[in-house]
Amino acid sequence: MPMKSYRAAINEAMAGEMRRDPSVIVMGEDVSGGTGAPGEDDAWGGPLGVTKGLHTEFGPTRVLDTPIAEGGFIGAAAGAAVTGMRPIVDLMFVDFLGVCFDAIYNQAGKFRYMFGGKAETPLVVRTMYGAGLRAASQHSQVLYSLFTHVPGVKVVVPSNPYDAKGLMIQSIRDNDPVVFFEHKAMYDDEADVPDEAYTVPFGEANVVREGEDVTVVAIGKMVHLASQAADNLAAEGISCTVIDPRTVSPMDEETILEEVEATGRLVVVDESHPRCSVAADISSIVAEKAFGSLKAAIEKVTAPHCPVPFAPELEDLYIPKVADVEAAIRRTMA
Amino acid sequence: MQLSRDDLLKAYRTMAAARHFEDSVFENFSEGRIPGFVHLSAGQEATAAGVYMALDERDWIATTHRAHGQCIARGLDLQETMDEIYGASTGVCGGKGGSMHIADLDKGMLGANGIIGATGPLAVGAGLSARAKGEKGVAVAFYGDGGSNQGLIFEAYNLANIWKLPVIFICEDNGYAEATPSSYSVAGSQVARAKGFGMPAVEVDGFDFFAIHDAMRDAVGRARGGEGPTLLHIKTARFYGHFVGDAQTYRGEGEIETLRAEKDCLRVFREKVVEAGLLSDEQLDDIFAEEKTRIQDAAAAAQAAPRATEADLMTDVYSSY
Ligand SMILES: Cc1ncc(C[n+]2csc(CCOP(=O)(O)OP(=O)(O)O)c2C)c(N)n1
Ligand SMILES: [Mg+2]
Repeated sequence: MPMKSYRAAINEAMAGEMRRDPSVIVMGEDVSGGTGAPGEDDAWGGPLGVTKGLHTEFGPTRVLDTPIAEGGFIGAAAGAAVTGMRPIVDLMFVDFLGVCFDAIYNQAGKFRYMFGGKAETPLVVRTMYGAGLRAASQHSQVLYSLFTHVPGVKVVVPSNPYDAKGLMIQSIRDNDPVVFFEHKAMYDDEADVPDEAYTVPFGEANVVREGEDVTVVAIGKMVHLASQAADNLAAEGISCTVIDPRTVSPMDEETILEEVEATGRLVVVDESHPRCSVAADISSIVAEKAFGSLKAAIEKVTAPHCPVPFAPELEDLYIPKVADVEAAIRRTMA
Repeated sequence: MQLSRDDLLKAYRTMAAARHFEDSVFENFSEGRIPGFVHLSAGQEATAAGVYMALDERDWIATTHRAHGQCIARGLDLQETMDEIYGASTGVCGGKGGSMHIADLDKGMLGANGIIGATGPLAVGAGLSARAKGEKGVAVAFYGDGGSNQGLIFEAYNLANIWKLPVIFICEDNGYAEATPSSYSVAGSQVARAKGFGMPAVEVDGFDFFAIHDAMRDAVGRARGGEGPTLLHIKTARFYGHFVGDAQTYRGEGEIETLRAEKDCLRVFREKVVEAGLLSDEQLDDIFAEEKTRIQDAAAAAQAAPRATEADLMTDVYSSY
């Protein structure tokens, strides 16, 4: 199988679906990057190059550079989706959600239910999340929990290139609005990714490794920290199950509960703030539904309850680390 | 021309400092000494100097991600500004904000901003404060050609006009939003848009300090006189990319070279004042050299300045969990 980057995997999924289905269109700021400019038209291919080449292949009627007007073009994407198109819109940094949330959660996310089941809204909102690039408070947040709270919006957080491709194809083919979270520090991660189209279904967690002592559920980029911690602790004789839910809405409760019942211990790793987070949500699900099998208090590893700081020394302290995950696992074993 | 010789010297010093500042940040960022993302305003110095010289300590400014030159023009402490960009704990925001969030409320600077369009409503709010205080202060919102398309800006136009607030809208149009040219993204014209909301609006040559300063003085006069908002559409250009690292293949062949050769606002200024016999080439050369040294010293000091420690992470939050 060929090795591909996370960036290339997502790009390939979009290009393949655009070839297959003429109703798939791409919109966003600089998704082509240079439409109407004196130089190159496909100059940027997205802020971090994820849509590169789409404008060249599909042209300006299917790959639309937008003005800076997220409320406008994401609202327009919701309108296009409910009338027959399959738009993929780029919100760029998820932090920009503040200027356009309505289109996603009050419009697209409510059509199906509010209209008595008569509407389909196949909208994909792509967005970048996560800290680590010294991008400061308004360009580093995680925020998938905000969408997870809202019924009617599906939330996808791929942790690797293989899942990214399969989940993107599923997102485009899905008839409901999907917010697709790409960790901006993972675009160059590489893995085996098949050339052909395939889907990864929503609501099916990936059990990354099976162990006996502790179940670690991790989201997105944090899956790699969890696996690393599990590797390190295996040397000490602590054996961990690592679960990547892959989609946080819908969430594969069944797999998480089964694995926690087997080990009796849970650590949740999430790059977001602790309150009202996906970590808090998974902890509450387990506390409610698998309380009897818990041998230790549930541990959460999250970022602290403060905005993401700019200074590198502070940002490094802010982001959860492998050592934090190891310490949490050890606490459940104490 | 109502500017004194000292004013002219100050204007040139501001522009020279802003130019050297950006050249220094470019170099040091490229060398890996500055973290994150930086957006440079080289080429746009006349806007910073022309606008800010018409303001005083009563006034508020909400500005964009491309604000280093404006911080200098507003008189933020140079070392604290540089330190912030380097992420030092001695920075004006303790290193927590960085280039995109430099702010100094004591100086009326509501901050650079990472959210395009956010400045419009913030300035409207500052306009409410200014009116309530009764000191005839004004509030200024900066945004780019790209930012001018954000709905928030139109909402701000409307609010400022229905309430006749002392707000000045400055669309600093450098021709591009990231890689997208304003010729593609902007329907209608900035001036016509503003007039649609009933406010006076002018297009201004952004390479000419004097044109900017004159237009700004008129706008400030109206705002202080209770006549409500004004829009200045300043047509300028940036010498560097959107951020440092932008390959800029969307720009035309020779575009940047021509700009630097023919549309350098520092040179336009020099030609005017020297020709009018107001200042000499030597005076300007001296200022340019002095500012270069000052900026280089600040950069070296920022590099050596102390960095934040663990104790700083959870300060200025009202609770933790
Ligand atoms: C709400 C929002 N959308 C998108 C961005 C990403 N972004 C940052 S700068 C920029 C271009 C801004 O262009 P313009 O307003 O012309 O200012 P310039 O960069 O040219 O100074 C974009 C799209 C953002 N920061 N905030
Ligand atoms: Mg611009």
